[in-house]
Amino acid sequence: MIAPANLKVQVLLYERFPAEPFEAGLRASLLAGLLDGGYPVQVLRGESETTERDRGNGENRILLGCFGGQPPMDDGEHGFERVRDVSGLGRDEILSLVEEAMGEVQEAPVGRRWKPWFPVIDFDRCTHCMQCLSFCLFDVYGATSDGKIQVQNESNCKTDCPACSRVCPEVAIMFPKYKAGPINGDAVSDDDVRREAMKVDISALLGGDIYALLRDRSEKAKSRFSKERDDERALRERERCLNKLKATASGLEIPGEVLASLPSADEIREKAEEARRKAQQALALGSTQQ
Amino acid sequence: MDHPRRILYCHCAFAQVIPKDVKQGVLERLADSGADFECVPDLCEMSARREPLLQQLSEQPNTRIAACYPRAVQGLFTAAGSPLKESGLEIVNLRVLNVDEATEALLQPAAAETATPEVPETPGSETTNGELS
Repeated sequence: MIAPANLKVQVLLYERFPAEPFEAGLRASLLAGLLDGGYPVQVLRGESETTERDRGNGENRILLGCFGGQPPMDDGEHGFERVRDVSGLGRDEILSLVEEAMGEVQEAPVGRRWKPWFPVIDFDRCTHCMQCLSFCLFDVYGATSDGKIQVQNESNCKTDCPACSRVCPEVAIMFPKYKAGPINGDAVSDDDVRREAMKVDISALLGGDIYALLRDRSEKAKSRFSKERDDERALRERERCLNKLKATASGLEIPGEVLASLPSADEIREKAEEARRKAQQALALGSTQQ
Repeated sequence: MDHPRRILYCHCAFAQVIPKDVKQGVLERLADSGADFECVPDLCEMSARREPLLQQLSEQPNTRIAACYPRAVQGLFTAAGSPLKESGLEIVNLRVLNVDEATEALLQPAAAETATPEVPETPGSETTNGELS
């Protein structure tokens, strides 16, 4: 699992009495700036009463309002730890003010470095067959104590690689940021199910160890690469081989970077065996729970 | 007692899967609408980090979420240990709707508020794969 954010700071744009509304252009631009900076934002306006939910945990919230120089709520009052009057300030000044105020409780907006690419399981479809656990060499998957599949190490997932979703016979694995359906979460059709089942059969025909096959081909490519004297020619050859590998694995859509970084054949065998062992354990555990 | 309709907007900060003009347009329309709403930088990121805020958001009934495919959005909340309350849940898919369609779906009065007798309870029955009801 990705390290949980110890404190996700939320910004409240407060436009209820006695605050004045933000200027229309400023409001939208400020919202975009805050979101790009990693801050969740809540916009409060109209006649509604401020609720407990609106207050949330005051410690990790900052309330911004145009109070004309006289904010009615002191810090700590009404459950809001930080209240700032932003009357007359522009977008960048307000963003700086937020950064400064929240620097005390949060080192930097979290999540700016890691593209959140990881499998999301549709448990309405998943049968806990553990094929994904058996397939993934990067320990993304694990099983719960009662033998259910679980995504446990999201950050181990290889960005833009949806291969595990391709081996799922139930089309139950989604990557919400993937380009196309049904992997992106779009509705699953009968054709999708038939197509995915066919891919699993192909995988079985190949001995169920696509990575080993790919690795063998990669080794041959590297061998040729090492014999080349001309660096540019060698690079071209390597790219050609990787493209060939990609074509071989096109049904799985494994990115070239992942293919290029596959571990050694022995390591692959070891990891695959370990994954299979985990899957079998989970399946055994699951069957005793039923 | 009826709970007021809540709107949650996902900015999908890390990928270009939602057209930029749709994200920007919907955000601007929401900002100018006069409605209360919440926005988050990226639901995927929040799910992976098991953000406590997700749990707070998931507990709200009558929520309209502007994000991506309903199956994915529900999966993200479930993965974070905070499955969405299905009561009055509507998911507006910014990957397939244009600005006008998405804004209309987000800001239209709830069925109960407009005295329409039947309010679908199942997510997806109202604005699932981008189809407006």
